[in-house]
Amino acid sequence: MNDSVIEQAFRWLNDPLNWTGRNGILERTGEHLGMSALAVLLAAAVALPVGIWLGHRRKGTGVVVVVANASRALPTFALLLIFASTTIGFGNRPTVLAVAIFAIPPILTNACAGLLGVDADVRDAARGMGMSGRRSLLLVEIPLALPLIAAGMRTAVVQVIATVTLAGLVGGGGLGPLIVTGLGTRRFGEVLAGGLLVAVLCLVAEVLMAGVQRLATPAPMRSIVVRT
Amino acid sequence: MEPVANPWFSWSYVERNWGDITTAVSQHTTLTIQAMVIAFAIALPLAVLAHGRPRVATAVLGATGALYTIPSLALFAILAPFTGIGRTTVLIGLVAYALLILVRNIVVGLEGVDPDVRDAARGLGYGRARMLLTVELPNALPAVIAGLRVATVSTVALVTIGVVVGFGGLGQLMFRGFNSSYRAEILTATVLTVAIAVVADLLILALGRLMTPWTRTGRAA
Repeated sequence: MNDSVIEQAFRWLNDPLNWTGRNGILERTGEHLGMSALAVLLAAAVALPVGIWLGHRRKGTGVVVVVANASRALPTFALLLIFASTTIGFGNRPTVLAVAIFAIPPILTNACAGLLGVDADVRDAARGMGMSGRRSLLLVEIPLALPLIAAGMRTAVVQVIATVTLAGLVGGGGLGPLIVTGLGTRRFGEVLAGGLLVAVLCLVAEVLMAGVQRLATPAPMRSIVVRT
Repeated sequence: MEPVANPWFSWSYVERNWGDITTAVSQHTTLTIQAMVIAFAIALPLAVLAHGRPRVATAVLGATGALYTIPSLALFAILAPFTGIGRTTVLIGLVAYALLILVRNIVVGLEGVDPDVRDAARGLGYGRARMLLTVELPNALPAVIAGLRVATVSTVALVTIGVVVGFGGLGQLMFRGFNSSYRAEILTATVLTVAIAVVADLLILALGRLMTPWTRTGRAA
């Protein structure tokens, strides 16, 4: 029976009709990535300025730790269902919102840690060269913090692509519904195929973002490997 | 027509569904405890094996890291056809995710042991096994406890996704509440999930303080 599930999965994946057309894998993947991009943009728009500001001002580490811990205890699934039960409605909208909220902590903590990690002597040197606080932030501190900021973005992107799958449980789109409806209708080949597709998408995103993180790191700092 | 009252908080919901709530809470906590015990039992030997062997460490952390990247819903979907719709599937998934956090923290803790302490122990004639058990592991305890806390809190949250295979603990109540538009059910289950996470976190914190009395007397370990 196990073999037949794997066979079913590959037969399903091999059927070109499942890839193209309405609600095909390609369209679903596009929707999945679109929702993910929107969620990451929303999260970054909030988390980057706040994290950079807190780190630059050398304060707020306590707040950041509390935010990070609290977000770990609250299940994404719970927040998603709460949103979907309000006027926000079913589908993609509550998913993007809930997922974006959970993408804030990694971006925030990494941006804050990155700026806090800038050597005080370097900041003094920038000041000594006559840079204003803003110029020092833009030309010195942010470039030095980039590896960690990029690490936070990488964590957030992979996590978002993974969690957008939950849209399947609240009537949304993307690749999630493949798994959820497959489980509901006991078509396990489809479930396995959907699971594999999402897993591969996440692993590819992880590898791509590792490359982006490397590119974002100023060349002289590349020997220092940053991982979160 | 008057809209039906659908409050987020309702004590009468809790009273009328006490049986369902306690069942869900006990399913949630037993799944979490089992997953953590199994994950720790696997993580400890893996970390000890990886400790001091950079190539093994890279392999172990790479494999657990890749596993961690796979979304929980997808992992349950990949497992379900083989391990069935039910408890085992959720348990395997939970163990897989807790594994990375635990292994990474134990390795970091072991690597962080002060080389002078290790030298002193070697000077006293400690062998490998005795060094590990009586010097390195106790010194790594703060990092191990920190890893246990993060892993446990994440596991409590993750159990809710088990709903896709019918074993989500309090996630079952959340989803049932969502499907029947019963707000009190969703929020009660959410509050209880967060409460379990916080209580578990505090318990492990207290356990850690009991096990590392030396960290309270000034010197940070």
